[in-house]
Amino acid sequence: MISQFFILSSKGDPLIYKDFRGDSGGRDVAELFYRKLTGLPGDESPVVMHHEGRHFIHIRHSGLYLVVTTSENVSPFGLLELLSRLATLLGDYCGSLGEGTISRNVALVYELLDEVLDYGYVQTTSTEMLRNFIQTEAVVSKPFSLFDLSSVGLFGAETQQSKVAPSSAASRPVLSSRSDQSQKNEVFLDVVERLSVLIASNGSLLKVDVQGEIRLKSFLPSGSEMRIGLTEEFCVGKSELRGYGPGIRVDEVSFHSFVNLDEFESHRILRLQPPQGELTVMRYQLSDDLPSPLPFRLFPSVQWDRGSGRLQVYLKLRCDLPLKSQALNVRLHLPLPRGVISLSQELSSPEQKAELAEGALRWDLPRVQGGSQLSGLFQMDVPRPPGPPSHGLSTSAPPLGLGPASLSFELPRHTCSGLQVRFLRLAFRPCGNANPHKWVRHLSHSDAYVIRI
Amino acid sequence: MPYLGSEDVVKELKKALCNPHIQADRLRYRNVIQRVIRMSKLDQWGQAEVLNFLLRYQPRSEEELFDILNLLDSFLKSGSPGVVMGATKLFLILAKKFPHVQTDVLVRVKGPLLAACSSESRELCFVALCHVRQILHSLPGHFSSHYKKFFCSYSEPHYIKLQKVEVLCELVNDENVQQVLEELRGYCTDVSADFAQAAIFAIGSIARTYTDQCVQILTELLGLRQEHITTVVVQTFRDLVWLCPQCTEAVCQALPGCEENIQDSEGKQALIWLLGVHGERIPNAPYVLEDFVENVKSETFPAVKMELLTALLRLFLSRPAECQDMLGRLLYYCIEEEKDMAVRDRGLFYYRLLLVGIDEVKRILCSPKSDPTLGLLEDPAERPVNSWASDFNTLVPVYGKSRWATISKCHGAERCGPELPKTSSFAASGPLIPEENKERVQEVPDSGTLMLVPNLQLTADYFEKTWLSLKVAHQQVLPWQGEFHPDTLQMALQVVNIQTIAMSRAGARPWKAYLSAQDDTGCLFLTELLWKPENSEMQISVKQNETRTETLKSFISVLETVIGTIEEIKS
Repeated sequence: MISQFFILSSKGDPLIYKDFRGDSGGRDVAELFYRKLTGLPGDESPVVMHHEGRHFIHIRHSGLYLVVTTSENVSPFGLLELLSRLATLLGDYCGSLGEGTISRNVALVYELLDEVLDYGYVQTTSTEMLRNFIQTEAVVSKPFSLFDLSSVGLFGAETQQSKVAPSSAASRPVLSSRSDQSQKNEVFLDVVERLSVLIASNGSLLKVDVQGEIRLKSFLPSGSEMRIGLTEEFCVGKSELRGYGPGIRVDEVSFHSFVNLDEFESHRILRLQPPQGELTVMRYQLSDDLPSPLPFRLFPSVQWDRGSGRLQVYLKLRCDLPLKSQALNVRLHLPLPRGVISLSQELSSPEQKAELAEGALRWDLPRVQGGSQLSGLFQMDVPRPPGPPSHGLSTSAPPLGLGPASLSFELPRHTCSGLQVRFLRLAFRPCGNANPHKWVRHLSHSDAYVIRI
Repeated sequence: MPYLGSEDVVKELKKALCNPHIQADRLRYRNVIQRVIRMSKLDQWGQAEVLNFLLRYQPRSEEELFDILNLLDSFLKSGSPGVVMGATKLFLILAKKFPHVQTDVLVRVKGPLLAACSSESRELCFVALCHVRQILHSLPGHFSSHYKKFFCSYSEPHYIKLQKVEVLCELVNDENVQQVLEELRGYCTDVSADFAQAAIFAIGSIARTYTDQCVQILTELLGLRQEHITTVVVQTFRDLVWLCPQCTEAVCQALPGCEENIQDSEGKQALIWLLGVHGERIPNAPYVLEDFVENVKSETFPAVKMELLTALLRLFLSRPAECQDMLGRLLYYCIEEEKDMAVRDRGLFYYRLLLVGIDEVKRILCSPKSDPTLGLLEDPAERPVNSWASDFNTLVPVYGKSRWATISKCHGAERCGPELPKTSSFAASGPLIPEENKERVQEVPDSGTLMLVPNLQLTADYFEKTWLSLKVAHQQVLPWQGEFHPDTLQMALQVVNIQTIAMSRAGARPWKAYLSAQDDTGCLFLTELLWKPENSEMQISVKQNETRTETLKSFISVLETVIGTIEEIKS
């Protein structure tokens, strides 16, 4: 099955190397892989590569390359799944997955690999079963502190009790056997949605797609039963109708195998006894029919004077979120025609920032309040392309290279589909300990929000 | 042995697959397989392994087949993509005689595949796209309503965008062609030249069915006067007029003016070809070609010069007055001053042809201007699912068929020892023949006085020489109905020490096989099996290198028994 497994940093330095079968090459295979990867022509996919009888399959996760080699014709889905699962497992055991944490925990990683894969065959990837075999402790970089208020990341934000946990709250090792019991009992539940939108140049909506996941990271002892209650009116598929009014709808839903769906039909409650660590409870998709309006609309107006080459782009960005919500870290990326060297700008408010970087305009708006409108006027000179002036082309067409505008943003406390977690209840209290903390967060962010000019 | 969740499962599987007692008893064998399938304690890796093992199992009856499919149904809804794809592959292979079941499975796997195509993980996305393309080869309309999911997003890596563009080409139908073409039109002006060119080629392949709309879009693109766009559009036009002659008029109107924007070899060749073949409809064709002739000395690409020679000669036939002078100059240059020998030879050839006479030139150079039937040859409409079912959920769709062929050739050469090239190789996963039939076949060598030598290594050349030098000693016809798997026959013959030199692949008409065997006295038996399905009989011709009637009779009876057994098994 699998011949070798190795982890490379983003620059190609080998961090971990393990040979399971001893039938192909040595340590230099890692270097070979990196050379092949960087030397690959643009149209060939690097996901599966072949060299001298060996197939290299890899994923990129947190800036690292996780690579397996095999000489058999195996299922690519299975191998990619294994690699993702290994990434999650290493993240659970070491706290988070990154170059630093891996280098600090090399012994733990090798021990894990020994238990997970035997002679290239997968034995088990369940955190529960592995716990019985792993002896090594994880090494963390600094002690966990509740006062460390860094920027918002995954797992850790405001809750109903308006307490704030920093984003590093969940990035600690799951199975540490520290005697510090009070830190142990927490559970983080995230509802994360990725929004993909395509708007044509005349303003019509071509495509809208929402991919959602409910992710759970549990530090509770395994076997603690928990119940997650979702919005009751949430319907699956086009024909179902629940409650009154338009309701919340998704097209398709899939669950983790641990989830018990007995109460799902009646009350939209998911029951599960999760193991420690990270797991995706539910995945869902929704296309074409969002209940709420799109978060952003862009109204561009382009004036191009062909003779002098002066190009004036006026962008008006309107946020259609509810008045109390806001969007964070909004960035608009607009490719510009070739040869533009400098531009002048007039922005509607001081906290925005715009600059020209790598042939494109980058307009940063750190915080946009719902219902507000922001605008920016940008002027630049487009060098004339060589050759005779073209006739027959309408002068209202924008110059070539003024590409589609893409927006990236985060919408905290907002789900585009409207799906919400009503409650998260734990069935029994772990003996002797204080009430476990439950952190629930809803978050949407853009996956590919493209508006054509 | 992989750890499949518990010791019991391992024991059960080992028993089922290795123990001859269980294999001999059909009912027990079937029970074990069913219990294995019902194991619920398996995690996703165990399930994938079980599905892999079951690929080798051949159900004995239709109801057993549907029994197994019902048991495995839940695997298709699993949350793990490896298990879902493994289950799909198993269904496709087990149900190979039931195309409607196969189609049904492919409909059910649409959801998970589309979810994988929009996954956050780019690698999963890419692999899923490759499999979607594989499915579209057989069921072109399968994903047509979901075309929006395959629109390219700005931030995606190049290789994913290329795959999505290919998929968009293949799922085009009357309802979505407008939107798909608009989307592709947007990609043609993309910043990345490679991607823009790929999008233009995609429009070109859609143009074979929806010619008018595509030609209009391509003509508009010419108006942008961008070098990388113009060259690819002209190449697309060249391919298009060959397959769809109805668009020639529109193309000829669009061409004037392009020559200013083309600098690369491929584009120039395409333009020159078009001017040569259809030059009579393009008013300024001779003047464009004249431009090329003026600059032929500084032309760096020999291929362009070759194309120029042919095109100018063709144009000369239809517009002699305008072309005569420059044709002379071009020929003079090519013959006297050109350093590339291939160009010079062609120039010389055309010159001598002209000397023979204008009629001869017309006869040779006036080829048909289009051949629509070529389009039908190039893309076989729909390949049956069974042709790729065994490649599903493996690395084959990810590499693509042609690259996989090169990989497995070097792979095979390294690993296998000196094996006869023509003998079809025995994959370890051959079909599991229940023990009882093996025993029946094994009885045969004991009867009669014939002892066939095992492990005969006869080269194909030697067989051919010997075959051609001998006369047919015995000919016979056996009744034979319906399809069979050649591997089964080969394995059965191997059991009785008859070696297969060459065999047609399954489904060839007529089907032939060449066998050889040698007995302990050194007497060679060479056999030809010929099956013509229309006659429902298998013709056997045997040649012997020493005339011995007794041994010949024994050999014939061995052969008859084996073939008869196979006939029974498959029915």
